[in-house]
Amino acid sequence: MTENILNVQDLSIEVSGKRILNNINLQIPKGEVHILFGPNGSGKSSLIMTLLGFPAYKIVSGRIIFKGRDITNLPTDERVKMGISVAFQNPPAIRGVKLGGILRHLLPNEEKINDLLTRMKFPPDFLSRDINLGFSGGEIKKSEILQVLAQGGDFIILDEPDSGVDVENLRILGAIINEMLRGRSALIITHLGIILQYIDANMAHVMMDGSIVCSGSPVKILGQILNEGYRWCEKCQQAKTLRCEL
Amino acid sequence: MSASKDAALRAINKPAALGPDLDISQYSRQPKNWEPCPISNLPEDIIRKALEVGVLPEQESRSATFFQIDHSVIFKAVQEIFEGKIEMMSAKEALEKYDWLKDYWWKVISVDADKYTALAELAWDQGYFIRILEDQKATIPLQACLFISTDNLNQNVHNIIIVEPGSEAQIITGCTLHPSVQRGLHVGITEFYVKEDAKITFTMIHNWAQNFDSRPRSGAIIEDNGVFVSNYMCFKPLKSLQMYPVAYCRGVNSRARFNTIIYGMGNSYIDVGSKIVLQNEGCRGEIISRAIATDKAQIYARGFLQGEHGNTKAHLECRGLLLSDEATIYAIPELMAKAQGAELSHEAAVGKIAEEQVQYLMARGFSRSEAEALIVRGFMDVSIFGLPKDLEREIQKIVDVTTKRAL
Repeated sequence: MTENILNVQDLSIEVSGKRILNNINLQIPKGEVHILFGPNGSGKSSLIMTLLGFPAYKIVSGRIIFKGRDITNLPTDERVKMGISVAFQNPPAIRGVKLGGILRHLLPNEEKINDLLTRMKFPPDFLSRDINLGFSGGEIKKSEILQVLAQGGDFIILDEPDSGVDVENLRILGAIINEMLRGRSALIITHLGIILQYIDANMAHVMMDGSIVCSGSPVKILGQILNEGYRWCEKCQQAKTLRCEL
Repeated sequence: MSASKDAALRAINKPAALGPDLDISQYSRQPKNWEPCPISNLPEDIIRKALEVGVLPEQESRSATFFQIDHSVIFKAVQEIFEGKIEMMSAKEALEKYDWLKDYWWKVISVDADKYTALAELAWDQGYFIRILEDQKATIPLQACLFISTDNLNQNVHNIIIVEPGSEAQIITGCTLHPSVQRGLHVGITEFYVKEDAKITFTMIHNWAQNFDSRPRSGAIIEDNGVFVSNYMCFKPLKSLQMYPVAYCRGVNSRARFNTIIYGMGNSYIDVGSKIVLQNEGCRGEIISRAIATDKAQIYARGFLQGEHGNTKAHLECRGLLLSDEATIYAIPELMAKAQGAELSHEAAVGKIAEEQVQYLMARGFSRSEAEALIVRGFMDVSIFGLPKDLEREIQKIVDVTTKRAL
């Protein structure tokens, strides 16, 4: 039996008293890459924030097991130290906090940081920039991946790594993400599925209105979404198919 | 000088327009007597306190040094290689040496502005005179320390800084006191004259005590293409601080910039502003202020941009970070345009530490307290001062040591 690195059991959450996620069950076996599809506002990013333990995402029921340990009530930094690394979609800008400062905290090895910068095609002076302040869309994505690489966790969460990135940067990012995921487990949110051109994923899930309504082959699910949009998933729901056998 | 004395006498009871009104008779005028000596011969605790405000005991990292304790000038010297390029002496000595200096004395600041300027005239206790000679560049900074060693002392200094045409310098001034001093009043008059094509960066660090009052009064006149940059930092609690330095961009294309970082704690009452008056074609101004208030500190962060000429431009950015529900930050940005084509703008924001930022850093493995400290430290990022890298690192180290203790 394959060991799950992540096991989300019957997870329901609220934000400001409003129910956002309902009875989420999600198992990611060690070494597998899972994709999470879903329309805007379906709750994908909320699931990530909950996995990270952000206090605004209040768990109403259920639990989160990571590497066999119940982390439901663990603070964010403790979860991260257990090996969760996240690239955010819209990270906040923080004045005076330098990208270099964060990287050196994550990876106290100047040589390795410089190697990463070269691989990401970042100029060295980028390290002295205030984190995310005035970064372009592509720079944000690259900076997030750079931090994930420096963090070196074994469970990677990527929130829309392919949105707002130009073709050239997408190629660089895609190759780096593909290499990064080797031997690691991951949950990747993608809206358009472009990232699937660069990586091999084991399983995809579709989230609608705060619930996972479908799981199956990433390529086939993406094909359906691209052909019919999420209406296809609605139909699937209407047919009360909890697991689409594609 | 008698006209100044007369004006001062008339103003000696005149409260300042801003800040708590102080009874100036409650402070002592009996200083300790200090004999001139090298800084390295001073007691260890004085050297340590001076270091905290950027004043180094060894002179090789500074082009010139001035050190005053209470009312006595104990050290003044220009490094040999800068002789003939820089002048640094006590203001009294300079007034005796240069008859023309009277044309610079009380010419930017009015002697009768308030009781504190009047006090500085009627009970004047030295201060420094700095002059960067024409076309000379002080490649390493000058430093000045105004130190108080006697409890409840009143120290009134008057400083003159003249940056002659085409010259350039960095000056660090540290104002601080002995660990045994709890009370007192420091009045510091500083008049800057930045001539054509000259550039001065003046970095002042204040480090006072919980029951200490400070009333600096500074003003600058900037001629054609001149650049005046004033950096101010105050990170220790004090009873009250009120100042509102002004820069007059008088010459064509002259520029002024004020950067202020204040960390208010304890019961500190801090009222600090900066004013830039744009008086000629092509003048530019910028005011950047960062205020952090914790405990029961009250901070008034003011800024005033006045456009008196067309084709001028200035911006004011005022940010406040509130770390306690009992503290207050009152940001007051003001713009006044008196000529068409004066382009003035401001942005002001006051708030607590953004939870989103804390969580982001926690997702990078920082604990909550580490994340908050990092954000606060980032808020006080001295790279806004635009200092040379070596000096920036030096100043950042001071900030780090101070904030580490505070946080």
